[in-house]
Amino acid sequence: MSYSTMLSQLAAGMVTTVIIFVMTLVFSLPLGLLISFGRMSKNIIIRNLAKIYISIMRGTPLMLQLLVVYFGPYYIFGISISSSYRAYAVIIAFAINYAAYFAEIYRGGIESMPQGQYEAAKVLGYTKSQTFIRIIMPQVIKRILPSITNEVITLVKDTSLAFSIAYAEMFTVAKSLAASQRSMVPFMAAAVFYYIFNFIVAALMEYWEKKMSYYK
Amino acid sequence: MKKLLEMNHVKKSFDDNLVLKDITLTVEEGEVVSIIGPSGSGKSTLLRCATLLETMDSGELIYLGEKAAANVSGKAEYANSNELKKIQQYFGLVFQNFNLFPHYTVLKNIIDAPIHVQKRNKDEVNKEAKLLLEKMGLSDRADYYPCQLSGGQQQRVSIARALAMNPKILFFDEPTSALDPELTGEILKVIKELAKEKMTMVIVTHEMNFAKDVSNRMIFMDKGVIVEETTPEEMFQSTNQRTREFLGQYHNLG
Repeated sequence: MSYSTMLSQLAAGMVTTVIIFVMTLVFSLPLGLLISFGRMSKNIIIRNLAKIYISIMRGTPLMLQLLVVYFGPYYIFGISISSSYRAYAVIIAFAINYAAYFAEIYRGGIESMPQGQYEAAKVLGYTKSQTFIRIIMPQVIKRILPSITNEVITLVKDTSLAFSIAYAEMFTVAKSLAASQRSMVPFMAAAVFYYIFNFIVAALMEYWEKKMSYYK
Repeated sequence: MKKLLEMNHVKKSFDDNLVLKDITLTVEEGEVVSIIGPSGSGKSTLLRCATLLETMDSGELIYLGEKAAANVSGKAEYANSNELKKIQQYFGLVFQNFNLFPHYTVLKNIIDAPIHVQKRNKDEVNKEAKLLLEKMGLSDRADYYPCQLSGGQQQRVSIARALAMNPKILFFDEPTSALDPELTGEILKVIKELAKEKMTMVIVTHEMNFAKDVSNRMIFMDKGVIVEETTPEEMFQSTNQRTREFLGQYHNLG
């Protein structure tokens, strides 16, 4: 097999990896916010449910969760799995796992906001949702950006776990090419790809952090 | 004279600690009332009850004849949220530590609530905000962020922010306690100017000379009760033992 065929196969894997990455963020960032609201809820049942959810998601391996999401429908409910479900399983498993981590980051940020900001907003007559959207959340985002960056960089590398259900993303492709071609080149290509991907992610996040540094 | 604020038989406790024991207070239009007293006397709690940041256990809270809270069989019963929303517009509050919104510019801090809460015309609000900034001597700071200003400037912005809502009555909770003496002066000057314009104000303060200068009426609170309520002249010549003790400390310091 020529290098160009190998690279074109790897390139297809890269596209898949980027899609997993983007879709995971699209779903887990809002879901995480929702879970953090549950975690901070005054209702003890909702609060404990959120707590248990976070505890399980953080306390078990992501690879195991991925296998459960993928095989669960068949083993538990006897639903036969279509081949297209593989892609959904990856995104579902990643999204619900990362949402748990994001939820705790949001909670930390929201709880770190000084009470005075809420009080000033209340006296000025802002509604609760206005207070959250206009006053609290913009400041929370600035505070949590460094932690979010950490998670996002981990996510880039975690996408390779999709290999465990044989989903043809970058890492899966690289591994099968390495085996069939008896070559280290696909692994090197994969390493360079992940590194550059994360380099770009880190640079973008740093740019965003800088943009938010206009106030203290 | 029109009564702007009435608080009747206000009681408030935190856990088992009775902080306000039956406080009754009336503020009329155009009046400047100072509340003085030692730390822990309940003055800030009283202000927080008046501004709905704290709920009273029992008592009445009335703005312009409209009941924010009524006393129903010994318990304070608050009006529904629509009525409270309306009543909320009658007053403004200036905090000890400003509580400006750090992510907004000075101008945006002032215009955001009038535009998004009161839904007023943007151009009109902008024009008014510029006038307020001029009055506060901050015309050249409109595009600054709070973190770029001194404490005194921040407090002047927060006064402008409160005034932009056109409140009928303005509360100050120790407005100079976070400032050094030099910056304190510029805030007191602003408040004096507002008094000249007949702005109704209730000021919790430790600045005795200022309180004497600016207020029509002074209230001395201690241990959750109003010990004495009178004109500044009479307050400083009080024969009440506790009042003399408290004011004496300030004389000694001066």
